[in-house]
Amino acid sequence: MELVFSQILDGLSIGSVLLLAATGLAIVFGLMGVINLAHGEFMMLGAYVTFVVQNLFRPLGGIGFELYYIVALVASFVVTALVGVLLERTLIRRLYGRPLETLLATWGVSLILIQFVRSVSLAMVLGIAVAALIGLVAQRFMPMSLKQASFSGYLGGAVWAVAGVLGIFSINIFVSFGRFFKNPWFGPRNLDVTPPKWLQGSWGSIAGIELPGIRIFIIVLSALLLAAVAWFLTKSVWGVRIRSVTQNREMSNCLGIPTDSVDSITFGIGSGLAGVAGCAITLLGSVGPNLGGSYIVSCFMVIVLGGVGNLVGTVISSMMLGIIQSIIGSGSLLLAFPGMPSGLQAVTEFFATTSMSLVLVFIFIIAFLQFKPTGMFPQKGRSVDA
Amino acid sequence: MISSLSKRVLTGFAATAVGVTMTACGGGGDSAGDGFDGTIKVGILHSLSGTMAISETTLKEVEEMAIQEINDAGGVTVDGKSYKITYVSEDGASDWPTFAEKSQKLIDADKVAVVFGGWTSASRKAMLPVYEAKDHFLFYPIQYEGQECSKNIFYTGAVPNQQAEPAVDWLFDNFADKYGKKVYLVGSDYVYPRTANTIIKEQVKSLGGVTVGEDYIPLGNTEVAPIIAKIKTEFPDGGIIINTLNGDSNVALFKQFKAAGITPDKYPIMSFSIAEEEIRQIGPDFVGGTYAAWNYFMSLGTPASNAFNEAFIEMYGDDRVTNDPMESAYNMVYLWKAAVEKAGTYEDLDAVRDALIGIKMDAPQGPIEMYPNHHISQTVRIGEAKADGQFEILWDSMTPVAPITWNQYVPETKGFACDWTLDRPDAGKFKM
Repeated sequence: MELVFSQILDGLSIGSVLLLAATGLAIVFGLMGVINLAHGEFMMLGAYVTFVVQNLFRPLGGIGFELYYIVALVASFVVTALVGVLLERTLIRRLYGRPLETLLATWGVSLILIQFVRSVSLAMVLGIAVAALIGLVAQRFMPMSLKQASFSGYLGGAVWAVAGVLGIFSINIFVSFGRFFKNPWFGPRNLDVTPPKWLQGSWGSIAGIELPGIRIFIIVLSALLLAAVAWFLTKSVWGVRIRSVTQNREMSNCLGIPTDSVDSITFGIGSGLAGVAGCAITLLGSVGPNLGGSYIVSCFMVIVLGGVGNLVGTVISSMMLGIIQSIIGSGSLLLAFPGMPSGLQAVTEFFATTSMSLVLVFIFIIAFLQFKPTGMFPQKGRSVDA
Repeated sequence: MISSLSKRVLTGFAATAVGVTMTACGGGGDSAGDGFDGTIKVGILHSLSGTMAISETTLKEVEEMAIQEINDAGGVTVDGKSYKITYVSEDGASDWPTFAEKSQKLIDADKVAVVFGGWTSASRKAMLPVYEAKDHFLFYPIQYEGQECSKNIFYTGAVPNQQAEPAVDWLFDNFADKYGKKVYLVGSDYVYPRTANTIIKEQVKSLGGVTVGEDYIPLGNTEVAPIIAKIKTEFPDGGIIINTLNGDSNVALFKQFKAAGITPDKYPIMSFSIAEEEIRQIGPDFVGGTYAAWNYFMSLGTPASNAFNEAFIEMYGDDRVTNDPMESAYNMVYLWKAAVEKAGTYEDLDAVRDALIGIKMDAPQGPIEMYPNHHISQTVRIGEAKADGQFEILWDSMTPVAPITWNQYVPETKGFACDWTLDRPDAGKFKM
């Protein structure tokens, strides 16, 4: 009994990591129909924000430093949400209704973000600012006659290309100013994010089962976030607007709902949630440029299994995957049923490693989707048309 | 008179121009001059992008440093003439077929005299056929699982009898009284940990111990809750854990171990892939008190080691650390230089390879020697990770340990050896 309980606790904690990572995607993919392959990189950004906040708080020491994590949770939401809104305004907006292009574009964005955190330095930031400034100024002060010319589309592109080249030149100029400008802020290395003391270690035990602080914290955090998201979507004004745009964009538009802002807000919230997830997984794993890659696949797995666009489905499928992984991977079936026939026992033993339990999870998902191709809780009625 | 700002602007433009030119030429060296009689071109092939870039770029840096040191000291002397070393650097992109492809390019298009490269065993396995087919020449710097002996590869990292095996002996000597001769093995799911663990299991068996569990995590996976559950079932009151995880999974393992109460005071953990850089990335809070086995630690404190560390910090900044793989990578450039000078040629690869065997060197880790099986003798050390991010060395083998490439614990390779000085077709693997 004790064993079963501790396995279920483990499963819930694995599941809540999946849930935390997938909630943001459930909103972006589920409600907007945008396949955001950069979702993992938004998590990575959230983790980097946590790293920055930690270093800002380090000089405080003592209790001040212990509280950095709370600030980091908020900051990672805000920063990634802003980046998400920026991305939606500049890129995603132009690609609505074109899922394949969105897929490729967001994949490109993910590569850019990965390389960006690897090589970002003061010189690079200044250079990008120079390029943006030149580009914007040139667009603004371009004579009207040129703007209306037949080749104005190409001209705009050419202006940005020139601005980009000048930006690269200015990066090189800034680099020559010295180490302070040149040294990358983060570099390609993994970073050390240390959870505050109150999260490290165990929070006591119930009936002989240890309660690791981090795990409990993540379970609670994902439950709170889920409750907040559910409240926002069902009770708040913007939530109702988001749902109405999801159901029928044209009609909502006619009724005076600002669909543009709704899109930005939805994408921003989805990205912000990814940022919070990123902040949370700094407690469990490493922080590095490639962090996103290890979570994105499981996020999509959870969403597809749960039924696209359904929060309840996301919760159930993530918990299910977590529990399967924990029970199979830890080999506790062998201990729970000692009298197994030897053939069955050999099979169970074979799957009782972490990598084989993942294989089993994939097999389970494939099999499940054969019978219910739309997931556990498919959307009913008029579905996402964007 | 040019103001300092416009000078900087000019430098900036110049830097861009040079950058563009170098990219156009595929990067790398410049022409001879500076009083040299000629140049020797070598290849450097590491992952500069992708997952392995984090580790492999440090090897490229340290190889560049060795090349620069050699050039500053007058280059390579062949037949009374001094040659400057230039290099072509290629990116293996953490993708094993790319390593093979770029090796071919370095050999055929760049006509390099030797290639320094690789990190993962998978990349080496991908490159091996290229070097054997073209009868060319690769230096590989990482501690690995052994069970390989190519005429065309020189291995400057440890084989299991120079890292894993002494470490297991040490663990049993120190902890068997308290926890019994029982070990739990955790590793990444690829060739090195699986082969290393096969060897460790055989060794544990022959020492009269038991391997109570063995688990593998896919590279990059960060979920270790099931492993923690299994370790707690096997070792409720503590026990010996041997960790061959690579990369990011280590961070997850140590963070989650601590949360679950698997701490070094009750669970001695020996890692084979945690070096100074990894302590910083995982955080000393989590990895402090665990053990690692290497041939070189930055904290060694000998004059040769201090000189190496100072040179590296001088070149790349005082926030940087050195480690065992970097020391191996540094050594291989010097070993190659010594062999070229001994052979009196850099073009006759057979002569250089023959000359390499028996070359001795005072490396940062102490004396090393290239053996006829293309591996080097090394001193084995065991250290404990400390809060300052360095290791405290607890034990060392006193003298260099000769490399055994075909493992003697594994039944399939027991009794086999490798000796490329012998003139026999099966010199790479023959029954002793």
